[in-house]
Amino acid sequence: MKKKIASSIGLSAIDEEAVDERSLSTKPSKTGRLRSFSSIFFNPLQSRDSSSVFKADELFLFFLPAGGFAGNTGHDPHVLYTLSAVQILALFDKLDILDVGKVSSYVAGLQNEDGSFSGDMWGEVDTRFSYIAICCLSILKCLDKINVVKAVDYIVSCKNLDGGFGCTPGAESHAGQIFCCVGALAITGSLHHVDKDLLGWWLCERQVKSGGLNGRPEKLPDVCYSWWVLSSLIMIDRVHWIDKAKLVKFILDCQDLENGGISDRPDDAVDIFHTYFGVAGLSLLEYPGVKAIDPAYALPVDVINRILLTK
Amino acid sequence: MLTLVYSTSSLPGRQSNLSLSLSRISLLRDLADQKFESHTLAYLTFVSYHRGNMHGRPRKAYKPEEEAASAAKAAKLRSLQNQFMSNHHAKIYTKEAIDLSTKLLEINPEAYTAWNYRKLAVEDTLSREESNQDLVKSVLDEELKVVESALRQNFKSYGAWHHRKWVLSKGHSSVGNELRLLDKFQTLDSRNFHAWNYRRFVVELTNRSKEDELKYTEDMISKDFSNYSAWHNRSVLLSSLLAKAEGFMPNEKIPDEYQLVHDAIFTDEDDQSGWFYHLWLLDQTVNVETPLLTSSWPSHAGCLNDSSSSKLTTSCSESGSFPLILYFNQAVGGVSSSSTVTIDTELKGNEDVVWEPVSKKNSHVSCVWVARLKYISSEPCFGKEYKVKVKIGNSPGIVSSRGCNFSASYEFVFTAHVHDTVEESSQEGIVSWTDGFDIWDAESKDLNALATLDRSNAQMDSKWRQEAIAEEIDLFRELPDSKIGKLTLARLLMAKAMISDDAVKGVHYNEILELYKDLMALDSSHYQYYKDVHSVALLRKVTSSTEDLSGHLFRCRNMNNSVCLRLNNLSLSRIASVEKLLFVQMLDLSHNELHSTEGLEGMQLLSCLNLSHNRIRSFSALDSLRHLKQLRVLDVSHNHIGEHSVDTTRYLCSSPLFNSEWTRDEVGRQMPTLVTKYWDAYFVLRDLNLKQLDITGNVIAGDVFSSFVLRVVPKLVWLDGKKLEI
Repeated sequence: MKKKIASSIGLSAIDEEAVDERSLSTKPSKTGRLRSFSSIFFNPLQSRDSSSVFKADELFLFFLPAGGFAGNTGHDPHVLYTLSAVQILALFDKLDILDVGKVSSYVAGLQNEDGSFSGDMWGEVDTRFSYIAICCLSILKCLDKINVVKAVDYIVSCKNLDGGFGCTPGAESHAGQIFCCVGALAITGSLHHVDKDLLGWWLCERQVKSGGLNGRPEKLPDVCYSWWVLSSLIMIDRVHWIDKAKLVKFILDCQDLENGGISDRPDDAVDIFHTYFGVAGLSLLEYPGVKAIDPAYALPVDVINRILLTK
Repeated sequence: MLTLVYSTSSLPGRQSNLSLSLSRISLLRDLADQKFESHTLAYLTFVSYHRGNMHGRPRKAYKPEEEAASAAKAAKLRSLQNQFMSNHHAKIYTKEAIDLSTKLLEINPEAYTAWNYRKLAVEDTLSREESNQDLVKSVLDEELKVVESALRQNFKSYGAWHHRKWVLSKGHSSVGNELRLLDKFQTLDSRNFHAWNYRRFVVELTNRSKEDELKYTEDMISKDFSNYSAWHNRSVLLSSLLAKAEGFMPNEKIPDEYQLVHDAIFTDEDDQSGWFYHLWLLDQTVNVETPLLTSSWPSHAGCLNDSSSSKLTTSCSESGSFPLILYFNQAVGGVSSSSTVTIDTELKGNEDVVWEPVSKKNSHVSCVWVARLKYISSEPCFGKEYKVKVKIGNSPGIVSSRGCNFSASYEFVFTAHVHDTVEESSQEGIVSWTDGFDIWDAESKDLNALATLDRSNAQMDSKWRQEAIAEEIDLFRELPDSKIGKLTLARLLMAKAMISDDAVKGVHYNEILELYKDLMALDSSHYQYYKDVHSVALLRKVTSSTEDLSGHLFRCRNMNNSVCLRLNNLSLSRIASVEKLLFVQMLDLSHNELHSTEGLEGMQLLSCLNLSHNRIRSFSALDSLRHLKQLRVLDVSHNHIGEHSVDTTRYLCSSPLFNSEWTRDEVGRQMPTLVTKYWDAYFVLRDLNLKQLDITGNVIAGDVFSSFVLRVVPKLVWLDGKKLEI
């Protein structure tokens, strides 16, 4: 059952067996505090057809002739949703149904002369899009379609004097942005550009007294930074600089023990984002019963190993 | 937000999968601090209609009438969105159609397709009415108005901010107004990074001076020193002014900046806003940008393999060559025998010595550079001694990663004695870490020839730098009970110790070690951070004088009197001061708390390494050892390898995860499953030339792993203390 819960909350590929009627039920289980995750995740679905097995074709409702994916039918393509589509297909081992040439050309086509990436044809530039492009092309094994050296140089130009990274050169460091930049550098094997001690200190000081992490100095803690900060600390091998037990406690304190799910802070209303970030954070903290997640790709380690280490 | 409606109605029951995707979309989109932007997922739409944004909402049950009200709101939005979509797809840009998108964006500024649609509509107008200046202006004005009201709805809307930039890029002349608008916004939320980013964009567009902007940050800080965003922007502006502008001399400006940041730190020592700025100032004070040579091997006047004086057999590998090592204070590129380094020697065959950075494959910069000098032991010159002169930097070309030139040229001379070392079968016997060690003669002058332990620190010559550090030390002694007070004092003393005389050095290091111990107790959440810096300080202390160091040095009789450094049982959690230990051939780091070998890559002479009883968690944590071409004996027994699901060095090692050109060798082809399972062991071990390996006492150890190791390291003679049958 543990395995099923872990997989049904998105930390492993959802196989047909795992997403069957039984795992959707709210019958009490023996997995203790994590029990409630699966039920909240699938609650909204219960009134509907619960035999939901992944059908990759459905994703193509969001696929557009240009080669990118939109957030939903009728919307415009954007690199954000293109990565999501690729990640989902990777998760379900269905990348073969993708027109890899077309998708990778769409993503590669968004690289600008200075190495940066736009989010779509309208030219918003942000290191988030650098991460997305690099992550996406790496999963598709098409990194050679872009100028990786220039892409890395652009990210490095966004490095700040506190060791962190912002969305464009000169922009303030932010844990989410740091994840994107460190993740992109990790995927391209370029972490030597990171000042690991300086950034590590900045990141570990995101832990506040309650044990939770904030995203910038003097901000409130929030469960979502269990992902952004922790994954960055892991990639630069400085995660031992925070108190993991206190952070586990903070995440668990944000659970709705009656109805399941995880919120941003204790006693706030739960939502699916924070539930995901909380569980992903617990995975990075090696919480028992949760599968290992890759800190750079935000996909289960076994999925990434399957894609990148085999063949 | 609305898009969900489609999937809700058309794909009942399948949201579980999409929602996963969407939670990932959110990973990428939701970078704002307090509020999640938008999304497409049905479930989310559902939830957020009911409950507004997803931060700081109290956990409570909703009344039926509240549910009904939000359902009605959702229905209205859905119909608005449907109309908008049909306009968008039919490319209808009439006033009614555009107004409809305005309405949609007023309710949901995150409807990114609606922003795109408006851009298309503007372009449509411009293409038809380009000459009608009044019309163009009114169209662009309208866009700015829509953005402004969207920002009132959600100040953190990426789409709205980008739309504004896009309008300005169309040549709209209202840039003067932009700063006024920003002032209003930035007063309301002084930490909003979108607003700060937009401010930098506008400043660039209007050519407003950096000095004016610097003044603005000062005003913001004086209103509220707890404004990290303002401090950040100040560091960006100031570093650019210091680098370029006239009248911004570090020796004048930096002391002023110290004054400014003191006000913040001393007003509330727990407020982090000034901490990182102060650390940056300290870095500006202590480090000059110009790269320097920290040490070399052999050191100046060093003697290689000098058996006559019975000093050391700083021996050389079987390959008929020995390494030269250059160690810089920061990563540099451009070290090359064709231009920047010249080697004068009678040793033949060394005309084209190749310098290689000790770093990852795709990096061309490193602190450590190695070349191998060849000798031919069969030649008649055998037994002769050779002077070798190495000159560095006599022509420009060695450049730091920040683009600064190595300018101080430097030269060192050493003597190499080439004679037969006849492997004395030491490599066939098992190497023991307990027997056959002689204590180092503390009186001997050997060490001076081996290492330049105390090179005066040229970068700290400036008087203002020394004064600034002395003043800061005095000041921070006044914050004896606070975390930042202690930490800053420790950092300042580390800087001071570097430039002090030997006698005072020890005193400084003792104080630093005490401060870090206090911090471990005072701020236990960051215990391991202080532990790591404590280890660094301890190793600085150990390597600060020949007296301290010789207490840890031994000679191994069974290994041709190799130099053995024992740093065992010191509760070290981290390695440091490697630049002073380049001569070490055997290193005992057993019974410490190390979790990685990062740093050891500089010790190119290392042939035996004992890491038993540490906290190594994976083979990827040993990646730096791949650079040690002479390493033959490795003990990693009693560590934590195989115990953990998270590998913190997964992306710091040379792995196939980012080596697309990775090709399998025979082992890889024959045992693909094991190679995938033990990929980190495979990639590290296959590049080492080990003869002796100990892995017992790790979770990974066992028959399967041992037989895998034997396939990957066929030359292994000893595994876990047992001689292998060959």
